Parts: sequence; C-alpha cells; structure tokens
Amino acid sequence: MKKCVVTVVGHDSVGIIAKVCTYFADNGINILDISQTIVSDYLNMMMLVDLKESTKTLEEISDELEVLGKEIGVNVKIQREEIFDMMHRI
Amino acid sequence: MINLYEVTETNKMIEQENLDVRTITMGINLLPCVDEDLDKTCENVYNRIVSYAKNLVKTGDDIGRDFGIPVVNKRVSVTPIALVGSRCCNSADDFVKIAKALEKAAVETGVNFIGGYSALVSKSMTKADELLIRSIPKAMAETEHICSSVNVGSTRTGINMDAVRLLGEVIKEAAELTKDRDSIGCAKIVVLCNAPDDNPFMAGAFHGVTETDAVINVGVSGPGVVNHALKATKGEDFKVLCETIKKTAFKITRVGQLVAEEAAARLGVPFGIVDLSLAPTPAIGDSVAEVLEKIGLECVGAPGTTAALALLNDQVKKGGVMASSYVGGLSGAFIPVSEDQGMINAVEKGCLTIEKLEAMTCVCSVGLDMIAIPGDTKATTISGMIADESAIGMINQKTTAVRIIPVAGKGVGDNVEFGGLLGYAPIMPVNNFDCSEFINRRGRIPAPIHSFKN
Repeated sequence: MKKCVVTVVGHDSVGIIAKVCTYFADNGINILDISQTIVSDYLNMMMLVDLKESTKTLEEISDELEVLGKEIGVNVKIQREEIFDMMHRI
Repeated sequence: MINLYEVTETNKMIEQENLDVRTITMGINLLPCVDEDLDKTCENVYNRIVSYAKNLVKTGDDIGRDFGIPVVNKRVSVTPIALVGSRCCNSADDFVKIAKALEKAAVETGVNFIGGYSALVSKSMTKADELLIRSIPKAMAETEHICSSVNVGSTRTGINMDAVRLLGEVIKEAAELTKDRDSIGCAKIVVLCNAPDDNPFMAGAFHGVTETDAVINVGVSGPGVVNHALKATKGEDFKVLCETIKKTAFKITRVGQLVAEEAAARLGVPFGIVDLSLAPTPAIGDSVAEVLEKIGLECVGAPGTTAALALLNDQVKKGGVMASSYVGGLSGAFIPVSEDQGMINAVEKGCLTIEKLEAMTCVCSVGLDMIAIPGDTKATTISGMIADESAIGMINQKTTAVRIIPVAGKGVGDNVEFGGLLGYAPIMPVNNFDCSEFINRRGRIPAPIHSFKN
C-alpha cells in the first residue's frame, strides 16, 4: 500500500471536493479518509489516499494536482504519509 | 491515524517557517583512486565520484517532491585530498590539478559543493599535507564548487602551531587571489580542531578514513521553526522554554532521519548519520540570532547571550537525539554571521563583536564562521584567532572552527556580498595588538592533561 496525504487549502467554493475526487476516480486513486475545516470561507482539507491501483507515478500525480489546483483556485499538494507519521508519532 | 491538525502543522513549518532538509551529503572514499601518475589519479577521482553520485541530485529532488519538503543542497564529501594525492603530487600545482578534477565531477553531477580538499594535520604535517595546504589559495581561486578544510588540532594531539601559522598566510593569499570577488575564496576554507569524520555541512565536510566506501549523511535545519514555536513561550519559565525547544528539535530531526533513510535506500548506499544542527540562512525568520532574541535578549551579543545559546544548543541535542538512530557530524547551533540576518543586524548595531562570538563558540557548534574582517589584518593575527578557537576546542573536547574572510581592499564600515546561502556581511573590527612572537614559535602545543584518559 502506498499511502499519501493530499491537502487542499484555499478559499471555499462549490465543487472543489467533486473536482479533486473526480481526478482520483479517473486515475485509480482510492480515498481512505477525508477531513476538513472551513473557517471564514477558508477551506483546509486533507485526504488520505492509496495509490497502489493507480497507473500514474507520484511525480505525475503531483504535477497534475498542482495544475488542477490552479484551475480551481486552491492549493493542492500530495505528500507521502511517512513524513507526518515520523514527525508526529514515536 | 494522522489528523488534519498534524498535517497542517507540518506543512506550515515547511511553507511558512523555512523547515527544510539542508543537505544530503554523500561521503565517498577516494583512497582506491590513488595512483603514482597524477593524470591517472585525477581520472580515477572524477570517475569514482561521478559513478557514485550521478543520481544524487535527482534522488534528492525526487525525495523532496514525494515528501513535500525542500531538500536544499545535494553535496559530496571525499577522503582528504592530501591523502589521495600523497603518492603523485610533488608540488602545490599538482594538487590544484586534483582540485580541477573534483570541480569537473561537481559540475557533471550537479552537486553544489564537493568538500574534502583537506588535510588532517592535528599533530604534524607530511610533505603532501603541506603541499596541499599551500595549494589551497590557488585551488579555491580556480574552482567554484570545492571546499577546503584543515584540521589543525585535537584534544588527543594538541595544536599543530606550524599549520596554524601557515594557514594565516594561506587565508591571506586566498583573499588576495579572489579580491575581485570580495575574497570569496576564504568562504570555502575552514580551519578545524577536533574535526568529525562524518560532517555533512560545508565548508568542513570530508569523508573520514574511518568511514566505509560511500555513505549518506544528512543535515537538517529549522531555526525558523524553533523561532516560531518560541513565540508561544513569552514570559514562561525555563522548563516550558526548554520543553518547547526539545519537542521542536525532535520533529525537525525526525524529518531528517526519514529523508536520510530514504536517500540511502534509493541510492543503495548505507545511511551514516543525521546532523542535528540549527543552520540559519539569510531568509527572513530563518535565524539563530532571532531564536536567541526570542529567548529574551534585546539583541544577540547582549549579556546572557552565551547562556541562552548554551541552553538552546543543549535542548536541540536532547530533542534530536531520540529522533534519529545515529546522530553525528557537528550537531548544534551554527552561528555564522553573514548567513544569518539577525547576526548581521546585531553587528551593524554594534552589539555583537568577534570577542563575544568567540565566547559563544565555547557552547555551540562550531566557531568563528563567515566573519568578514579588514583586508589589512596581519597573517599572524589570523593565526592567533585560529589558535584561540583551536584551544577552545582542544580543552573543551569539542569541534571548533574558523572561517574568516580578510576582505582584500576593504575595511571596517564596508560591506561584502557573497550571494546565495553565504549572504552578506559588514566587516568587523579585529583586535590588532600583535601576537606574532607567539605565532612564530615552531612546533606544537602539547595535548592537554585531560586527553590522557587511558
């Protein structure tokens, strides 16, 4: 299993989750968990995703999510989960 | 399961507080390159570095992208060249040829520095050691990506004062040969006492002879992260202050450990150590001086600075040690002047002097670092400064270093601009009372009494 954390940060608007999730569905990326907060119209969302069925490399996904983020007007970033595990878990 | 708060905290450190992996440094043993023919040695050196490090830059960038954290520098450290060239170099110019082979390898691999144009002469110098040291000014002037270091003393051996004297002259010559570039040659020369074999940071990195054929050492950074964390401790007692630094250092170091293991696995090279250092950059907020000011000083250099730095250094180590399986290198807070905006400000305000910096080096890594001094400073005065720092290292069983730049043609009141990570610096006044009679004595300072531990 190749787990990654996707973060979506920016001004909230209609369809952000739909567009990001559609991208995941189209590319064989399974969503394991979603959580989000919205403070003063500012969206902060994280998704835990699994890339094991995806045909694309992390590099390609990272580049495409960046482009997608720009289209929607938010910042989308994908990172391997271990960096958070290492930092916050002993 | 990781939660949103933790993800946000990590990304905030990276995006707003300058958390990065400062360097992935690959140590490469060059002893198998030794040949009695100089050209053949140069060819071997080039081929061996390129063969080991050809994927280093790409791997560093890939890891940075995958984890979403910048891996700022990708570097190589090599076996001290005085050893590599001892068979085939009969003059200082012969050693410069090896420096050029290293430069070619640096350009080919895309690394931003190769460290190890070095000699280890803590007790005495071989003929080759002396030739290498004499070749340093020319080698630094004619290459861009090569760093040089000389270990002139240790707690076990004392201080090689012949080398200290010679290096005063070498530093002056290097300044002169690069005077058209604000004497930048000297920014790539460091004189060490108790130099570690596995330091990933430049300019003092070299691949010690106690090391294996190739190894990955990683230096983390994060003064900006500590700085930010300390905002919440204003007015709190020392317990809260220390706990905050420790927790932050732990988190920073864990990232270094992760990156180090990943880089080692991808490159097929063993993982060596993580260096737990707070290494500042000229970026706003990424300053060790500002951390000290957050601890409660109006300006770094004020009374209390040494104590605050001692506390900071110790807590960084305590927090970091548990975060990494192998800690090494220099591991401590760096206090370079030109690379730290807070230090520059303190010098400009007249709050920070070389003498105070010297006191600070007693309690942190590493030494008088990136300090611009007047170009007319005498070679013996520079040697005196090196001897003082070496004595601090020798007696306190710690690494100390001197990287000072006597900027040719400039004096107090002038500024020098080195660019990039090296930053800029106001020229600091030096105590010019004479020490030449002391420096011009021959021989070495004996090992201190507490070196006899057997």
